[in-house]
Amino acid sequence: MMNVSNLSKNTLNEMFAANKRFDGRKITDFRKIEITYDVSNKAEGSARIKLGKTDVVVGVKLAPGTPYPDSLDKGNLMVSGDLLPLASPRFEHGPPGFNAIELPRLIDRAVRESGMIDLSKLVIKEGEKVWTVFIDIYPINDDGNLIDAAALATIAALKKAHIPSINEKGIVDYDKKADPLPLQKDIAPISFSFFKLGSSLILDPTREEEEACETRVTWGVSKMFGGYRINSCQKSGKQIITQAEIEKMMSLLPEKCDELNEKLKKLL
Amino acid sequence: MAKRSDGRKATEMRPMIAKVGVIPNADGSALFAFGKTIAIAAVYGPRLLHPQHMQDPAGAVLRCNYDLLSFSVSDRKKPGPSRRSQEISKVTEWALSPAVDLSQFPNTVIDVQIYILQADAGTRTAGINAASLALAQAGIPMRDLVCSVALGKLDKELVVDLTKEEEDQHDGEGATDFAIAKIANSDEFTLLQLDGKIAPEQVNEVMVLAKKAAEQIYEVQKKALKEAVE
Repeated sequence: MMNVSNLSKNTLNEMFAANKRFDGRKITDFRKIEITYDVSNKAEGSARIKLGKTDVVVGVKLAPGTPYPDSLDKGNLMVSGDLLPLASPRFEHGPPGFNAIELPRLIDRAVRESGMIDLSKLVIKEGEKVWTVFIDIYPINDDGNLIDAAALATIAALKKAHIPSINEKGIVDYDKKADPLPLQKDIAPISFSFFKLGSSLILDPTREEEEACETRVTWGVSKMFGGYRINSCQKSGKQIITQAEIEKMMSLLPEKCDELNEKLKKLL
Repeated sequence: MAKRSDGRKATEMRPMIAKVGVIPNADGSALFAFGKTIAIAAVYGPRLLHPQHMQDPAGAVLRCNYDLLSFSVSDRKKPGPSRRSQEISKVTEWALSPAVDLSQFPNTVIDVQIYILQADAGTRTAGINAASLALAQAGIPMRDLVCSVALGKLDKELVVDLTKEEEDQHDGEGATDFAIAKIANSDEFTLLQLDGKIAPEQVNEVMVLAKKAAEQIYEVQKKALKEAVE
């Protein structure tokens, strides 16, 4: 992590407490979202999202593979990603650091647990051959809140994804698209990462704001079973979270989820 | 109320075992079991941290390592760190560090080693309970012990301390697994990790259940520490 001066930290702390930010947003407001599709025509589905200056691309690839022994009647899902040195002076080549491990794991859990992808429809030959869905996440520019941005890019890329055609011999023709990727209609997990500074909980921080906070709690939320369901959660960081803070996040989630879903309807 | 496969009530925990001082070489050590899940933990340190550039003059560095022993699970686990174990090591570190006072030991490291002998769900929580005991036995100043438990939801019902069989259940809304740790005698949560499908309002109920479960774990932990000094 970059070191933030105590002066900026104190200033941010005071501003958040007054529900203010440098860019004029309230502390739980998101930045402007822009989505573009078909970043790469070689991918089965791809999307690029801009959340303010944060910029993330996600590509979906499909490849035939063998099913896992505990799910012979289902396709596989693999989420990976890398914090490319392209996106920030803080990212370096080499073995993945903790943040590079955590990001795809959090997206994996949100997508998998929401059931957005109907993996049971991705069987080519039961028990022998299934489609593996690869979701690969790459930040292009990191200006904070990469996880939430990556989740939005992921659902956008999945919604555009197709299954490539495959002949009787099992040879895949990636240039010929067959059916759309089977998705559970209306389910789309959205990620909300609350960052704690002092007693304030903020959403969608810029890099500077994120650096000033010491603890983050990320929630993956979807609408299912006629209500809101939390599919994934992880607290990251050394500070404690009180019960009152958990209750506060729980009361905010449904309203933020509706707000973002409304925005996404126009964008997706 | 749905009956659980092992006959427990929804809020009933598996039998717990805690033993302190199980590894003579370590500065502190403990074993903690939730039913068939068994974790052992050792603490080494505080000792001088090398390389020097990693030292913190403001206090000790707490370094946790969690892993499954290769034979602790049905399908043998390939030895060596995985992405899963690296993530759990890190969240364990975050779960424990708010409870310990590291300021008295500048430039040192406190190593916490956690290994799972036998896994039947709740391994990270059992590991945190064992590690918390090991830190206490090592004499590291602590605000209080850290108590950790996995709660969850089977279809619509909230339950405490899930087994592997329950975790893998798909009936109704399926299973939700929520690993929680808190500092004893406080309102402060240090680990929150969840997979599944749970409504926001139910999360608040889970916290209430977690507090009650943590109180029971605390009693077992205290008893084990007392036994170690007698």
